[in-house]
Amino acid sequence: MIIQLIVDRLKQLIPALLGVALVTFLLVHLIPGDPVALLAGDRASPETIAAVKTRYGLDQPIVVQLFYYLKNIAMGDLGQSLRFRIPVTELILQHLWPTALLMIMTILITIPCAIILAALAASHQDRPLDHAIRAFSVAGIAIPVFWIGIVLARIFSVQLGWFPVAGFGEGLWDNVYHLVLPSITLAIGIVPVLARNLRASLLEMMEADFVTAARSKGVPESYIFKRHVFMNALIPNLQLFGVIVAFLFGGTIVVEKVFAIPGIGQLLISSILGRDYYVVLGLTFFFAVFTMLVMLIVDLVSMLIDPRLRS
Amino acid sequence: MNALAIPMRAVRQLPGLFIVGFVITFAWIAVAILAPVLAPYDPDAIAFDALLTAPSPDHLMGTDQLGRDIFSRVLYGARVDLFMGVVGLIVPLVIGVFLGLLSGYFVGWTDTIIMRALDITIAFPFLVLVLAIVAVLGPGLSSYFVALALVAWVPYARLVRGQVKLIKQTDFIAATTSLGFGSTYTLIRHVLPNCIVPALVFAVTDFVLIILYGSSLGFLGMGAQPPTAEWGVMIADGQTYLSTAWWISFFPGLALLTLGVGAALLGDGTAKLMRVER
Repeated sequence: MIIQLIVDRLKQLIPALLGVALVTFLLVHLIPGDPVALLAGDRASPETIAAVKTRYGLDQPIVVQLFYYLKNIAMGDLGQSLRFRIPVTELILQHLWPTALLMIMTILITIPCAIILAALAASHQDRPLDHAIRAFSVAGIAIPVFWIGIVLARIFSVQLGWFPVAGFGEGLWDNVYHLVLPSITLAIGIVPVLARNLRASLLEMMEADFVTAARSKGVPESYIFKRHVFMNALIPNLQLFGVIVAFLFGGTIVVEKVFAIPGIGQLLISSILGRDYYVVLGLTFFFAVFTMLVMLIVDLVSMLIDPRLRS
Repeated sequence: MNALAIPMRAVRQLPGLFIVGFVITFAWIAVAILAPVLAPYDPDAIAFDALLTAPSPDHLMGTDQLGRDIFSRVLYGARVDLFMGVVGLIVPLVIGVFLGLLSGYFVGWTDTIIMRALDITIAFPFLVLVLAIVAVLGPGLSSYFVALALVAWVPYARLVRGQVKLIKQTDFIAATTSLGFGSTYTLIRHVLPNCIVPALVFAVTDFVLIILYGSSLGFLGMGAQPPTAEWGVMIADGQTYLSTAWWISFFPGLALLTLGVGAALLGDGTAKLMRVER
């Protein structure tokens, strides 16, 4: 039953995947200049040029080229980095860990903060604490993450010396230590959005008939909150959380630049500035596929929690 | 039936935060217009005898690594960032509303194509796709505007399409059609005015995001290019001098934050106002 659901959702993913590949293919073709010259380098011999042309099918009509591109992508070949002369896939894998750790830490900070703020606001509805949290969550979308990062670095790294100013360090604990400020920075950007929506769904659930029913049966208020209100309020926010993870990718790019973290965000920026087009578009494709996977997982988890979504 | 009319009762019940947002936003618009009058220095004037000076009565927000007056640059920066927000907003708004109208009104292949394009666009993280397009076109503000036109229309198309689908079922649209008016007339005269409100409400919030993403691009070196007095570019300038001259990054960021918060409160208030009316 669950396996059937997963298979169905994966099938729905195929047209979107093809579309994403089509977009990156089009972008590759919009690049100014001759792609062969880019791929083979300025001083390439005629043999190399011919080999590159055949490998990427650049001597073929555009429809055939698209076919080659899709085939290469399906086999995990996103092209060759012009700067590093290694496959784009390999380059991405080399830079993946710092970004992954940064995102994990951000999510671990975000979730408890968002839940606490939302629960506090909802339980103090229309009182000063609620107003303060709501104002923060409305204003929160306007916080420039890169600036907050710089301000935090100035206070906690330069002034107080508690954390390193930049870099990633060696070994897991050192890595985590280096990412404390960056992940707090990112969390400041997303906690307000999540808290705001969670508060709204908590309040909605508190008015629900099944909560009134539980209350009239004399179920303790704390139990109602935990078991009925909270669990039901979680489901719509799980969907939002998927969107936020996609949004986080944008944030990591900026924050990695602020704190000089050698992740895929920095790789993207340096590749754009270095005109390393195949890395840029390979990363774009990678980001999109990853985002789709996160959405898929969110959908599946929602279905696991809520049987109503399974039909 | 005029969906844009705001009842006086709702105006009188305006939440305090909405008024705060309104005041902040329009204060920044005034600053942008009056920048040449208010700024004590030429924002681009280099002064080698006043490099990296701390905030003082002479230079309210200090000077940067080229001796330029930060206060003047922040004031002129309001022009660049507001311009970025307005231009960056209008183009996707028009495209999105247009596609949403088409997609909601004409079922069949028009709808299918637009919805497919929409699905594919949202599969990419927003900033990543914008950066990829800017990478291909080359860094700069105009590339950012092109990227926004290609990417940021999605929420508008979605909102308007949903509204059109609802409006299409109503009697007065059926009446217009049965009176023999053409689709173009019906769409522009009757469907559009009744579908545009949610899109316009969202636009106020979107304005904040477009400025934030634009200044992020400036910070990353992909948006407005130095020596333009753009807040994101100025924040990037100051990062190098973080330990010695904190004011270079701090004040442009504060400007960005206050404008953003103002517009966000305005957006939230507008959304509430429209809901009161409904």
